Amino acid sequence: MFKAFLIKYAEIGVKGKNRYLFEDALVRQIRIALKRCEGEFKVHKTQGRIYVEVLSDYDYDETVEQLKTVFGIVGICPVVHVEDEGFEKLCEDVIAYIEKVHPEKNLTFKVLARRARKNYPLESMEINRELGGVILKAFPEMKVDVHDPETILHVEIREKIYIYSKVIPGPGGMPIGTAGNAMLLLSGGIDSPVAGYMIAKRGVQIDAVYFHAPPYTSERAKQKVVDLAKLISVYTGPIRLNIINFTDIQLYIYEQCPHEELTIIMRRYMMKIAERIAIDSDCIGLITGESIAQVASQTLHSLVATNEVCTLPVYRPLIGFDKQEIVEISHKINTYETSILPFEDCCTIFVAKHPVTKPSLKMIKLHEKDLEEKIDEMVDTAISTREILICKKETV
Amino acid sequence: MEVYLDNSATTKCTKAVVERMNHIMLEEYGNPSSLHNMGMHAEKQIKEAKMVIASSMKVKEKEIIFTSGGTESDNLAIIGAARAAARRGKHLITTQIEHPAVLESMKYLNEEGFEISYLPVNAEGVLSIEDLKNTIRKDTILVSIMHTNNEIGSIQPIHEIGTWLKQNRPDIIFHVDAVQGYGKARIYPSRSGIDLLSVSAHKIHGPKGVGFLYCNEKTRILPLLFGGGQQNAIRPGTENVAGIAGLAQAVQEIYQNLDQDILRMEQLRQLLISEACKLDGVTVNGSKTGAPHIVSLSVADVRSEVLLHALESEGIYISSGSACASNHPSVSDTLKAIGLKKELLDKTVRFSLSNTTTEEEIRYTINKLCDMIPMLRKFTRH
Repeated sequence: MFKAFLIKYAEIGVKGKNRYLFEDALVRQIRIALKRCEGEFKVHKTQGRIYVEVLSDYDYDETVEQLKTVFGIVGICPVVHVEDEGFEKLCEDVIAYIEKVHPEKNLTFKVLARRARKNYPLESMEINRELGGVILKAFPEMKVDVHDPETILHVEIREKIYIYSKVIPGPGGMPIGTAGNAMLLLSGGIDSPVAGYMIAKRGVQIDAVYFHAPPYTSERAKQKVVDLAKLISVYTGPIRLNIINFTDIQLYIYEQCPHEELTIIMRRYMMKIAERIAIDSDCIGLITGESIAQVASQTLHSLVATNEVCTLPVYRPLIGFDKQEIVEISHKINTYETSILPFEDCCTIFVAKHPVTKPSLKMIKLHEKDLEEKIDEMVDTAISTREILICKKETV
Repeated sequence: MEVYLDNSATTKCTKAVVERMNHIMLEEYGNPSSLHNMGMHAEKQIKEAKMVIASSMKVKEKEIIFTSGGTESDNLAIIGAARAAARRGKHLITTQIEHPAVLESMKYLNEEGFEISYLPVNAEGVLSIEDLKNTIRKDTILVSIMHTNNEIGSIQPIHEIGTWLKQNRPDIIFHVDAVQGYGKARIYPSRSGIDLLSVSAHKIHGPKGVGFLYCNEKTRILPLLFGGGQQNAIRPGTENVAGIAGLAQAVQEIYQNLDQDILRMEQLRQLLISEACKLDGVTVNGSKTGAPHIVSLSVADVRSEVLLHALESEGIYISSGSACASNHPSVSDTLKAIGLKKELLDKTVRFSLSNTTTEEEIRYTINKLCDMIPMLRKFTRH
């Protein structure tokens, strides 16, 4: 029955002269998402709105699911089209619409008409009043509330007449490709995919880097990270995943440095490598899934130590989140099930029983001196031999 | 060099198996139940397959039921037999070291109201016949014991158990899970008092997704699947003709030089064991008289997954514990049952040979083990 969708976007609306850039990006992302759906669609901007017109048979649920993955969309309104065959007929159509879309009836409402075609015989206010009366008569359980209605019944008079009242929430945020690129440090855990999702939601294009440590981490652990990248690519678009072989560096640190500082020093080198790849890939920021005090390497003191090696800003969108809140988002974006598969990642294999929680930057730097002989060359090799995969959702 | 030593997880199909299946899928693709010639040809393939398989164990052709593999054979045998015999009693006996396909079937029957006894095994992974005799009750209806253990290769005294049961309690149905034993030992169900016997094709260089259940003609079992009445309605569903023909081809080939192959594998196994045990902190699990193709080693201070991936980087493929249980890092029931020290449970790996394994491959593996184990011990978690 729904032949179009009106796409609501909130924040873009307040942009100034560059507003069209955001709208065009949104239209582009909607088109990409709809390519994954059966059916033919036309996406267009008119008078400060974005419409998705359905031109063929289509699957309503599938289409709504896909639209819900497009950042920038605040609401998706399924629209019914009716021909303009006089006001009498419109009243019948509206009654039929409510019968179908709001079978529960017992709700408060108001009618909000909009007359885009000014030659329509009734004015907007008249339409509101007349239709309101007709609805009340047909469904005595319904009540008018012009200040805080549960449902707003929109009636737009164009070539055809558009009726809509349902608003399906979208993901919000800004369309991908409107905010530059950033490099996500992606592990196999629960947090980093969520962190990537959250930054991508603000319109940022995501690249990713994963640190692989064979034989201590398995091919399956690597495949899991690829799978996670594919899962978030539903929202972010294709992700360039850089896979770094980190084993030699890790073993070298293990041999040369105190074991309590192993994780911190290792993470410092991860950040260094991530930044070099980031700059190489035109990324202007790093993203991690860190959250204060979740583990020893994420205390404020530890973050000082890991942050110190980077000049690019490091975005940590989960910094104030509890684990449970992160888990909830991972369920919502469908990464949880994959994240909890039990393969060891390179952060845990050599972890000391009592790692430092308040590392002293001075001591860390002192101990890193013992790496000087080989580490630069090892970092160069790790970067130059990295594997690059493009991760995107596969469809038939 | 590539050395595949995970043949107890699965094996490579032989060329002849693939060619035969290919031919059937492309040329003789009829449904065996169809009345026309194409159907007849397909039916002929199945008849011939039954003939080959039946002759390998000296049983009757009608005693072979094709299934989707070891798991289904075990499920059908245990659940099908227990339900059919439920009026005589509700007591079943098995061991603590069975494959999950047996243990989970037992668990399921337990929920249906059956009572299960799990026999322990000794440090070599072998049960005691006296234990079994003492566990049997008036209302015992089924004994299910594996031929060869998949993790440590221990072999159970199947013949002794079967013949004793036939003499003393012929009413008890005897099921043997021979997924790891068939093709690595000669097994004769009727001589050994076996009523039901499970086999899988992909452990003997046949395809995955097919296997059979030997079911003695006097043993009654109830079906788990319902459909078009194929295979006397015990296992309905259009037969997997290509898979079945592939299975028969694999059986033919594995039996061609079976006795020599067993001897050769045994020699290679002894070589691997004796050389590996020269290394510090390496011990062998299971018994000296175990299966010719399975070697289970515990390597102190080296986690099995790390050793596995390290060997993988040298082209050697092995398994940690048993492949079927490796997707979830739960602790192996078998290793616990033989009383392996707690700190060795996740430091145990399995090498499994096949009739194609060469001495060169084993020597290469031994060399790599000697190189790697001391190196890996240098980097351990504190």
